[in-house]
This record gives sequence, C-alpha cells and structure tokens, in this order.
Amino acid sequence: MTGHIDRNYEAQLDELRQRLMRMAAIVESMIGTAIRALVDGNVELAKETIRRDRSVNRLELEADSLCTEILARWQPVASDLRFVTIALKMVTDLERIGDLAVNICERVPDMVERPQPWDFKAIESMADVVRGMIHDAIEAFVTADTDRAQGVIDRDEEVDEIYHTMFRDLVATMKENPGTLVRDGIHVLSVAKWVERMADHSTNLAEQVVFMVKGKDVRHIGKLPDGAR
Amino acid sequence: MASGGSNGKPPKIAAVGLKARFGSNEVVRGVDMQISERTVTAIIGPSGCGKSTLLRTLNRMHELINGATVDGEVLLDGENVYAHEVDPVLLRRRVGMVFQKPNPFPSMSIRQNVLAGLSLTGRAVRAEADAVVEKALKQAALWEEVKDRLDAPGIGLSGGQQQRLCIARALAVEPEVLLMDEPCSALDPIATARIEDLIHVLKERYTIVIVTHNMQQAARVSEHTAFMLHGDLVEFAATNKLFTQPSDRRTEDYITGKFG
Repeated sequence: MTGHIDRNYEAQLDELRQRLMRMAAIVESMIGTAIRALVDGNVELAKETIRRDRSVNRLELEADSLCTEILARWQPVASDLRFVTIALKMVTDLERIGDLAVNICERVPDMVERPQPWDFKAIESMADVVRGMIHDAIEAFVTADTDRAQGVIDRDEEVDEIYHTMFRDLVATMKENPGTLVRDGIHVLSVAKWVERMADHSTNLAEQVVFMVKGKDVRHIGKLPDGAR
Repeated sequence: MASGGSNGKPPKIAAVGLKARFGSNEVVRGVDMQISERTVTAIIGPSGCGKSTLLRTLNRMHELINGATVDGEVLLDGENVYAHEVDPVLLRRRVGMVFQKPNPFPSMSIRQNVLAGLSLTGRAVRAEADAVVEKALKQAALWEEVKDRLDAPGIGLSGGQQQRLCIARALAVEPEVLLMDEPCSALDPIATARIEDLIHVLKERYTIVIVTHNMQQAARVSEHTAFMLHGDLVEFAATNKLFTQPSDRRTEDYITGKFG
C-alpha cells in the first residue's frame, strides 16, 4: 500500500484503523463471553463482560474525535475520504454490537434463579456465525478485500434462518408449558433477537468495507453489480 | 475524447490532439478535452505538469513565448483558433485571462484599468465608458468598494481588490470564456472566498477554466476537474466523482497526497 507523503497524516489514518481493529476485537470477544455467561449461568462472567463495554464506549468516543480531527486538519478526499466516513459509521455499529452483548449479560442474573430447560445450541450457533462475520468484516477492512466482505453480507441470511427456526421452536415449547416458561422464554427470545441484530450490524460493517474499497454503495442491494467486483 | 459532462450541446471550447512545446520540450502531450458552455472547469496537477501551458494555449498566449509551439487544434464554438485567418488579439477578447499575481497597470486609475482592454481594441466610446466601468466592476463584485474613488490608482487597492479589478478589466471587453491561472494563490482566505463566490456568479454568463494548485478550491468552485501529469490529461470527470471516486490510480495518489 502506498503511503502518504505527509507522515503525520499517514499516522493519524493508521491510528484510526488501529482503534477500529481494537474495538472490533473487544466486541467480538464480548459476544463470546456473553453467550458463555448465558449458557453456563455465570453471573461473574456476565458482569465482567458488561465492564468491558466501557472500553468499547471509550474507543467509540476516541475514534469519533479522531475522525473529526482528520476531516478538519487534512480534508481527505477519494479513498481517504471514504475511509474516514465509513470509520464514523463502523464505530457506531461496533458500539451497538457491544451494547447488545451487554443486554444479554443483563439477563443472566435473573435467569440463573431458575433451571433453564433450553440447551441454547441455536443461540450459540448464531453467535458463532456473528463472531465470524465481525472477524471477516474487519479482515476485509484491513486487507481491502471485497470478496471477503461480500461473504459476510451473504452470511446474514444464515443467521436469519437459525433465528426463525428457533423462534418457532421456542413458541412451541412455551405453549406446552405456559405456566412456567413464559418469563424465561421471553428472555431467550430477546437474546436470540439481539444476536440476530448483531448480524445486521456486522452486515453493515461489510457493506461499509465494500464502499470504502469500491466506492459503490451496496446497502439495501446486498451485493456489487456483476462486473463491479 | 474526455468530456466535461457535455449536456448534449456542442462544447464551448475543445482541445483536439493538442500538443505544446518549449523548443523540443513537449509539455502538453496530446490532450483531448471538451468544455461545456457556462461551466467551471478546474485543471489540477503538480508543478510542471503542463496545466498552465494548456490554459495558455486556449487563447494563444503560449505562442507569445520565444520558441513556444503548438500542434493540434483548439476549437472555440467549433472553429479552430489556430487557423490562419484568426486574429489572436480578437481571439483574446473572446477568451480573456486573469493571472496568478494581480497585475493592474501601475500608472492607471481604477477606471482606466477597467477600460484598458477596450481602449486597446478601440471599442470604447466616451459616452459608454462610465456604463462599461460600472457594469464590469459590478460583475467583478468590486463596485461598492471603489465607486467613490474611481480615479484613485488601481495599485492602491488591496491584493484581493486588485485581483477583482483585473477580473473587471477582463470582463469589460465582454469575453465568452474566462481563463484563470491560479487567481487566488497570492490572496488571503477572505479575498479567496470573495473570488470563489464571484466565480459561482460569473459562470451564469461565462465559461470559466481555472488552473489551481489548491485542490479544495477546485472541489469548491468547479463542476468538472481535469487532472494532468507529465503533460498528459490523466482524468477529466465531474468534480464530485473525481474527488470521491477517481478512476485512475495516478489521480487517487495525487489528490490523497501519495506521491513519493
């Protein structure tokens, strides 16, 4: 990759890139520990995960402020401009994913009060796919790889399918035991919905990478037109 | 041919296979471009890329330099300005020029400066002169600042005012095309903003081609931008496109500051 003549400019762009990667790494790990805390009923791990969200929030503020500074000081154009504008959006998506992981953790203390009849397999599967999506979106971002970004966008459907199947199964189980399972059923359904939302935010990340690399906006279309890859 | 988004109408001014040399040194190496009427076109590129020379071929000022030659054609409303029968002085009335450094005639008053071009071409009639001065100074957004001191020396104005006086002088002969060669490079940000604001107004009547080293200025004032490098026209596109998604890697590297 060709560097900028002005090394201060290059350094600031690189710092922004590093912050996004750090944020993504924390968020990806938070999803893992949030689901682990839920499955194991581990309240301490849930609390620890909630605490880590503070780092994500701090990185969000720092990245936003760095973007503003870069815009004001260097007035970036072309791919640099696309990089800074998507960075502003990526930090928002990453921060939201962190918040959703926190939401999951906040359910754990209430759920450990009762035995949970679910095996959480479907939620774990969804979370695994989402973590892979975030990981790949950030790899695609770092290596400017639109094929990899497209792979992330395509995987959103996989998560949606697991969610819909799970929704039907959950409703059926709750109907069988309406007296005891409604409260926890709603918790589990909420968790599933939050993981599904994480996949949507991960898709946003990948769409932003495509825009950064190709200058093409694939939001609401789902993919680059043929011949544009 | 590179076209500045021609709207189906024939171009106001066009370069066809245009080459310009200083002696044996070719500084513009076969440029084809079409500029639409009443638009602002910016030409950007590093020092020595040939952008000012290209500009100066458009009204045959390049040939005024010893050893300077031109090949190819420049078409103004479809007519080659390098044809034998074309009088370069009359051409320069149709295609006016504003230079980098404000250059009002030092011995002349504000009024005389505005009329200088007209006197030379013998068009000014005494009775018309006042009207011409007022109109040109108003078009150059200078009238309100100087109307009470038209007989004061032009050189006594601030740098930004002097540049607008030069624009008024260029407009007084009622050109069709206005060439501007880094018109703000000697001006402070306020004076620059005044000139840029003026460019937005002037394009309602004139076709403007501006050479600038200031990329933000190109992005602000122009509808189309041409990027030149080593005498070649690398990319000519809508300004918004060129500054957000340039097609050529060399454009991308230049505007993002990646030249080694």
